[in-house]
Amino acid sequence: MMAPLGWQLIRGWAILVYLFMFLPVAVVVLLSFNASQFGSFPMTGFSFRWFVELWNNDAILRAFQTSMILGALTAVISTTLGVLASLALVRYRVPGANAVTTMLIAPILVPEVVLAVALLLFLNFLGINKSFTLLLFGHVIFTLPFVILVVQARLVSIRRDVEEAAMSLGASPMQTFFQITLPLMMPAVLAGGLFAFTISFDDITGTLFWKPGGVETVPTQIFAMLRNSISPEINALGTVMIFLTVGLPLLGAAIARKISNKGGT
Amino acid sequence: MSSVTLSNIVKRFGTFTAVHQTTLEIPDGAFVTLLGPSGCGKTTNLRMIAGLLDPTEGEILVGGKRVNDVPIHKRNLGIVFQNYALFPHKTVAENVAFGLKYRDVSKADVKKRVQDALDLVQLPDVGDRYPKALSGGQQQRIALARAIVVQPDVLLLDEPLSALDANLREDMRVELKRIQDRIGVTTVFVTHDQSEALAMSDQIVVMSNGRVEQVGTPQDVYNRPASEFVANFLGASNILPARCLSRGPDGALLDAELFGQVTVPADKAETVPGEGPAKLVLRAEKLLLMAEGTAADGMVTAPATVETVDYQGQTVRYFIRVGDRQLQAINLIDGHPFEEGTGVQVGFRPKDCSALGQG
Repeated sequence: MMAPLGWQLIRGWAILVYLFMFLPVAVVVLLSFNASQFGSFPMTGFSFRWFVELWNNDAILRAFQTSMILGALTAVISTTLGVLASLALVRYRVPGANAVTTMLIAPILVPEVVLAVALLLFLNFLGINKSFTLLLFGHVIFTLPFVILVVQARLVSIRRDVEEAAMSLGASPMQTFFQITLPLMMPAVLAGGLFAFTISFDDITGTLFWKPGGVETVPTQIFAMLRNSISPEINALGTVMIFLTVGLPLLGAAIARKISNKGGT
Repeated sequence: MSSVTLSNIVKRFGTFTAVHQTTLEIPDGAFVTLLGPSGCGKTTNLRMIAGLLDPTEGEILVGGKRVNDVPIHKRNLGIVFQNYALFPHKTVAENVAFGLKYRDVSKADVKKRVQDALDLVQLPDVGDRYPKALSGGQQQRIALARAIVVQPDVLLLDEPLSALDANLREDMRVELKRIQDRIGVTTVFVTHDQSEALAMSDQIVVMSNGRVEQVGTPQDVYNRPASEFVANFLGASNILPARCLSRGPDGALLDAELFGQVTVPADKAETVPGEGPAKLVLRAEKLLLMAEGTAADGMVTAPATVETVDYQGQTVRYFIRVGDRQLQAINLIDGHPFEEGTGVQVGFRPKDCSALGQG
């Protein structure tokens, strides 16, 4: 039996929307295996050639290494700060807690370009030169709100009396945090860390402003390469990035689910 | 095990005073209930004993030692919370063993003590499960096991039965009392449920608006309420304006509205100083409805009309009109309850009522 015409139209439309969203990605992945010199159709054969070239391209490898280090450091610092800030805001009476929360979340609301210029001008004013540390600093500011949002939401759902029970049984506040609070927050902490990592890994606007000369991350490297020509290598790099940025969060979510299933809430 | 003493405790939150000048002695091994409506300060008192709140003024002593400056994790307490507060990411056995980690207990001993505690709460086989796999009643038993396995000086129970449904609550009440009797630990129980308080306590501390209204055995506070609040909070009472005409060794002679002269036994009229204004307290369960013209020997009676009938199965609650007042009566059903609008006779025995002084 056929579904009514209206539903068929809606289904057709939905398929078109998905095609519009994902076809470009699929094309990039497909073309990255193209043997031809030019990164375009028609394909002339299947090959891993561009992945090999990518592997042999020092500039890209260096950029990749920079991005990984930057992303990992951003994730670690943002998560640590985010967890501490969330603890303070949720568990203690902080004067002006609402204002603090708004300020911490603000970087999401401010256009990134504004944030990037502002930070740069501010450091200029202080007479500090651009450096990797500054780049890292910028990424932390930019990813912190995501971590705080995720961790805070989780922390609110952890009942205070669970911590009180632990303390009444003899655990010091520190032991209570590591034995009870942190394990219960873990899914959110991991999710926050992954957010921070992928956002940092993906970021181009802020990075372009903040990076010191000679330092490139993967997105800025691609950007630089695109200025000269569209090399098929970029397709290969795009494919790698897609697997990293889609695959990692999925993996993280799966791990988080596994951990939370074990304990439950 | 230790006694607990609150000495001139005051607790303020900003400008709001949650607990006014409270002094309380909880003897070693006793089961003492802090009873009162929400916001009366009972939980605040419990949390101060626990060390979760600091008193603004006064001293808290456990076993004769001042503990004001001892942080909660060094007070050696067991607390059972209303919502169980089990650690969701630990198994039942790990939950129960948690407190033992911070005490010098060998591994073999931990295992044995955890099992003993689980046996005591009659859940010997759930050690490997996670809390969420247990029912509410079972979780509360585990919470109790976790609190007593550390052999606390004081056991603090913060409305532990409120989250359970009615049938389970009564079972747990008996169970909790049995376990407390067995281990003999000094217990402070906080509840707003008068029947829990009456059934379980050695002593009841009735609180209202941050003040202690009365301290006494369940029978004391029920039969000889020290204030109008206590009379109304523990069951329903009718309170009638009266005048004390005289006070003698056999009681206080009151002239009460609606019923006229009543002699209240001396031990139930302790707050009546002598001649002057007073109040007659008539428990709803002691006010009997009878068909008009029934002989009522030894009773003080008055004619009345049934206004509302609230059928409750075994008993029935009547709202009756006597003169210009509405009174409440809770009677066992004998045959059929009276119907609304029926003219009846109400009466009570003088020995069943009590009297309060004015103010």
